[in-house]
Amino acid sequence: MTTILRLIIGAVALALAGPALAALNVFATVPEWGALAEELGGDKVKVYVATNALQDPHHVEAKPSLIARARSADLVVATGAELEIGWLPLVTQQAGNPAIQPGKPGYFEAAAYVTLLEKPTRLDRAEGDVHPGGNPHIQTDPRNIAKVAAPLSERLAQLDPPNAAYYRERQKAFSERWSAAIAKWEKEATPLKGAQIVVQHKAFTYLEVWLGLNEIAALEPKPGVEPTTAHLADVLALLQRQPAKIVIRAAYQSGRASEWIAERAKINVVVLPFTVGGDEQAKDLYGLFDDTIARLLKGVS
Amino acid sequence: MSRFKLASSALALALMVSPAARAATDAELAEIREQIRQLKEQYEARIQALEQRLKDAEARSGAAGATQPAQAPPAAAQAPAAQPAAAPPVASAPAASGIAAFNPAISAVLQGVYSNYSQDPNQYAIAGFVPSGDIVPSKRSFSLAESELTLTANVDDKFYGNLTFSLSPENTVEVEEAYGLYTAAPYGLAPKFGRFLSSIGYLNDQHQHAWDFFDSPLVYQAFLGGQYQNNGLQLKWVAPTETYVEFGGEIGSGEAFPGNDRNKNGIGDGNVYVHFGGDVGPSNSWRAGLSYLQTAAANRDFTQIDLAGNDAALSFSGRSQLAIADFVWKWAPYGNAMETNFKLQSEYFWRREHGDLTFDANGALGLTQTGNYRSNQSGFYVQGVWQFIPQWRVGGRYDWLDPGSVDYGANNIYLANGSFHPQRSAVMLDWTPSEFSRFRIQFQQAKLKPDFTDNELFVQYILTLGAHGAHKF
Repeated sequence: MTTILRLIIGAVALALAGPALAALNVFATVPEWGALAEELGGDKVKVYVATNALQDPHHVEAKPSLIARARSADLVVATGAELEIGWLPLVTQQAGNPAIQPGKPGYFEAAAYVTLLEKPTRLDRAEGDVHPGGNPHIQTDPRNIAKVAAPLSERLAQLDPPNAAYYRERQKAFSERWSAAIAKWEKEATPLKGAQIVVQHKAFTYLEVWLGLNEIAALEPKPGVEPTTAHLADVLALLQRQPAKIVIRAAYQSGRASEWIAERAKINVVVLPFTVGGDEQAKDLYGLFDDTIARLLKGVS
Repeated sequence: MSRFKLASSALALALMVSPAARAATDAELAEIREQIRQLKEQYEARIQALEQRLKDAEARSGAAGATQPAQAPPAAAQAPAAQPAAAPPVASAPAASGIAAFNPAISAVLQGVYSNYSQDPNQYAIAGFVPSGDIVPSKRSFSLAESELTLTANVDDKFYGNLTFSLSPENTVEVEEAYGLYTAAPYGLAPKFGRFLSSIGYLNDQHQHAWDFFDSPLVYQAFLGGQYQNNGLQLKWVAPTETYVEFGGEIGSGEAFPGNDRNKNGIGDGNVYVHFGGDVGPSNSWRAGLSYLQTAAANRDFTQIDLAGNDAALSFSGRSQLAIADFVWKWAPYGNAMETNFKLQSEYFWRREHGDLTFDANGALGLTQTGNYRSNQSGFYVQGVWQFIPQWRVGGRYDWLDPGSVDYGANNIYLANGSFHPQRSAVMLDWTPSEFSRFRIQFQQAKLKPDFTDNELFVQYILTLGAHGAHKF
């Protein structure tokens, strides 16, 4: 009996002490912020990524495993702009962790540090899955990642003051390396400037602004609404008047619509990783953009 | 019940004595810092936005002049009106004016159904089980199903409130849930108080419009009268482990079936539950739970046909204990449920009641007598729902009840112990054009009484408007 009791007490103590002793627990809603937190936090943070690149970030369930991880998180890094509205509020509420509630230092929204585009002028669900704050897919422009990195690093320092200097140093190093990488990508991407493209979902707005791509149509009739045959026929008619080079979709999306249009309009389908882990090459943030540029260049050539 | 009282006062105390006071100065300081930081950021963002607007405006005036001279007058006329709407302040929530800024989030659910029953719904009853209330899913022909109106908001820095009205097709308004949640509780505790759907079992704390079938499983209808609603206190605790482990308990008035309003001080019912959950690889996730509910009834009246064929008025007073085991497993390739996914769900209910039963409680037969009563009954359902292409799902459900053993004691001379197993099989097909709308067709065959086979057809719609709801697992 006493052995069992000891075992139980031991297990409970371990369970309680375990997360507290370890590094700063970061709960990232999507892979890009997980990767960024790892770049900035190094071995002082333990990052859990709630979703993978093959999941539609708009449609995630508040799974028990997510609630369990949010329970011992010190910091939630979310995109914000209502990208996670369908599941994150439920997770943070059910986890019973006051530190990660919105408004607390343990809750970080990347979209707050970026100028959001495509802010809807008409807030109506008849317009599809519109986000009142603007388009939330900010990670497709590396300059946005840089804008988020500085405040995120500050947040890590605020939550873990003994390691503040460490975080700032890493942020500085990251920022330099990242600026160099952006310059390299921009140079590589010069042939893409002005290229006419079609997108499946309006998920690449920031990428288009960055590289000067010209989006002429989206396969989804309205954001988040499945492509319909009627709309695809319209897009096809448009493409006959105004030819595009490529049709782009994210790794998590079904290929049916883009392949349908590509076959008929005789254009290339480019499947972009969209976030870290979206394909073999997109192992980290650098790989994500290396691969994105490479795939786009291959698509338009 | 004194144990319950002690437990409740301890719980109440725990709710009151929070470490709020202790952390006040530090937290306040941190908050002020945070506010200043946020202010700074907001201003930076606004300046950026203004710069952007200026650039845009320059670009636009240039473009308009160059490419569309013919349309210039209307474009110019539109510009002043369109511009403020197109570029509201960036990086801060669109500030609603004055009083409205603090309005709670509002959402409404509209539901309606067309029902076809081959047997008279007025004869709807589950043989061998004590009637649990109005459990007929709907009226014949077209009818509204339950509409719902929900208001939610943070109350202040410590509480969150939720109010859910249920509007019945008979034009009555019921408060389905009205609770406060203490959000600042330490140690991962989540105390809730007010009226809420109890978290026993799996389906119980989900609202009807979130169910995968139009009506509730037979076990819920037979053992809980549909859904178990509690007025009282709830305390949940999620363990800080990588595997999901949640413990919970509730105390309340015990008014809901199988208990009843007993005009009594103190605690009327209590329940405890534990839920486990986790993932298996990137494609599978699961949740399993065990729950135990104890409540009591005093003079719970119902009518049953006795051995002589008369409608006998019966009255039960005693204790009711219910145990539930639940299991849910969900599959979606790499966690992406958009294309295809599968959900398997099952719950097993077991109930024991013992106490006194008065036969012929109203004296109509002149045979009034009270004897011991002891029942042991169980049942389960299992259901699977498969999304085979985007937006379309098919599902099947099987319900089965075991009347078990009922011992009427001295009243065994008047009342019989049933041996019929009520069961029901259902299939459904639903279409979900968006997160906010769903249309369903459901067919089921119910054998709830001997020689009573009811073929039921439901065509249902569910529309959700307003604030974006979150999807429970």
